[in-house]
Amino acid sequence: MNTMTIEARVPLDGALNPNAREVPLSSTQITDYDHRQTVGKITVDNPKMLCREVNVYYSEKHALRQVSLDIGANEVIAFIGPSGCGKSTFLRCLNRMNDTIASCRITGQIQLDGDNIYDKNIDVVQLRARVGMVFQKPNPFPKSIYENVAYGPRIHGMVNGKAELDELVQASLERAGLIKEVEKRMDEPGTSLSGGQQQRLCIARAIAVNPEVILMDEPCSALDPIATAKIEELIDELRENYTLVIVTHSMQQAARVSQRTAYFHLGDLIEIGETDQIFTNPKHKLTEDYITGRFG
Amino acid sequence: MSISHDAHTVKQFDIQLANLRNLVLEMGGLVEDQIKNAVKSLDDEDLTLAREVISRDQIINGLQVKVDEDSITLIALRQPVGSDLRLIMSLSKAVTDLERIGDEAEKIARMTIKTYDAVSSPPSAKLLRDVKPMAKLAADMLHACLDALARLDVEMAVDVARGDDNLDQEFQSALRRLITYMMEDPRTIGHAINVLFIIKALERIGDHAKNIAEYIIYLVKGKDVRHVSMDVLEKDAMAAE
Repeated sequence: MNTMTIEARVPLDGALNPNAREVPLSSTQITDYDHRQTVGKITVDNPKMLCREVNVYYSEKHALRQVSLDIGANEVIAFIGPSGCGKSTFLRCLNRMNDTIASCRITGQIQLDGDNIYDKNIDVVQLRARVGMVFQKPNPFPKSIYENVAYGPRIHGMVNGKAELDELVQASLERAGLIKEVEKRMDEPGTSLSGGQQQRLCIARAIAVNPEVILMDEPCSALDPIATAKIEELIDELRENYTLVIVTHSMQQAARVSQRTAYFHLGDLIEIGETDQIFTNPKHKLTEDYITGRFG
Repeated sequence: MSISHDAHTVKQFDIQLANLRNLVLEMGGLVEDQIKNAVKSLDDEDLTLAREVISRDQIINGLQVKVDEDSITLIALRQPVGSDLRLIMSLSKAVTDLERIGDEAEKIARMTIKTYDAVSSPPSAKLLRDVKPMAKLAADMLHACLDALARLDVEMAVDVARGDDNLDQEFQSALRRLITYMMEDPRTIGHAINVLFIIKALERIGDHAKNIAEYIIYLVKGKDVRHVSMDVLEKDAMAAE
């Protein structure tokens, strides 16, 4: 299909060399894989979350097929894939955000520390405190910076008294790397901050309720490169205390922040592996085509 | 198999990668000519051809710089990953070896000039008898490894790597013969040392060709087979993904 031969651009001492070779770009036959069979090791030694044969249907549409994957404690795992591949759908399964969609049906197992999060006895509000979420667009509450962070601990009854709450707000903002920029303006509205600061405020808000897992759905897509770098640095620091799952359209970002990368395609988990392996030597052709920009 | 031959969505990227590969292959072709001409100049006692080989080395040096510049530009502008990254890195490494092979050819040409300097009597044919067969082995290895690069043919690359042992053995036995001649007749020492430099250059060409073969295996299979035994190299190269 692509047997293009492009002449060298450098004049080579007169005539082209007789030994010059033609370069057939499509010379090796590629054997494709069974799409349903995930390539790579889905298990880890110390899983925080365990997902087995997860299927998601939106009405008749089978949006996610038979996804099995461990999410390791204190790791950053990135989900990549083209739009509509199911990566966000899978992310939203991890703290039952899909429950809010009436037509959505989920089968399979998802465990958090060994407990099935879809069990009838699970308190979804508690679950979402343990598995927090940061969204694509920074969405601070229309309240003060302080209140944005204090809201969660207060409704979960995590603190006794104002002093303790102050301390927790302070600590959360510090962990989110925002404290220096906001300590003198805690009463100003959260929406008065810049986009990057708002996103870090949302991260501070997420970690204020002491979660174990933080889900991030394209946390930097609305931010400039400097704000993005700050969030990425923060993600790396947060890994010490939390498990992070990040969905991103930026492959470079996945490469920079994650230890493992999962590639989704049309509802299938195609490949999972160490991030450096995925980006230097992916095993599945679909992964290779996506990360190298040969898709579609 | 994790190497893709489908077109990139960004067509310009395909063109740039193909250009880079063609440039390396073009350089490879020139280097092949350099070896042939250098050995021919020795064979024919053709000092003009030897001088031509020496001056043409500059073109090869220029191509090396050009390929490296283009590689850096591609990395900076396209942030290649996967097989694209392996391709660019392998090409960039391969040109270093090609440039060194060019240097070896130049060395042979210089030795030709030194050998037939018209001051001393020319060397006897028996001193030179190992040069031609070794030159053929080395040139064949280079030819095969450039073919393997053009076709991304791992089996061929393995053959090249395997062939290096042959050349090394040829070098060892040629060396033994040279030592014998030198012991038999010390007057041959001057010429024998020149011949020694020539066969050493040919032996090095084999090493460089083997390096390129290893980059091809890395490029296609994603397995780094440098500094491993031939057995491991073959196993990695032939392993299904």
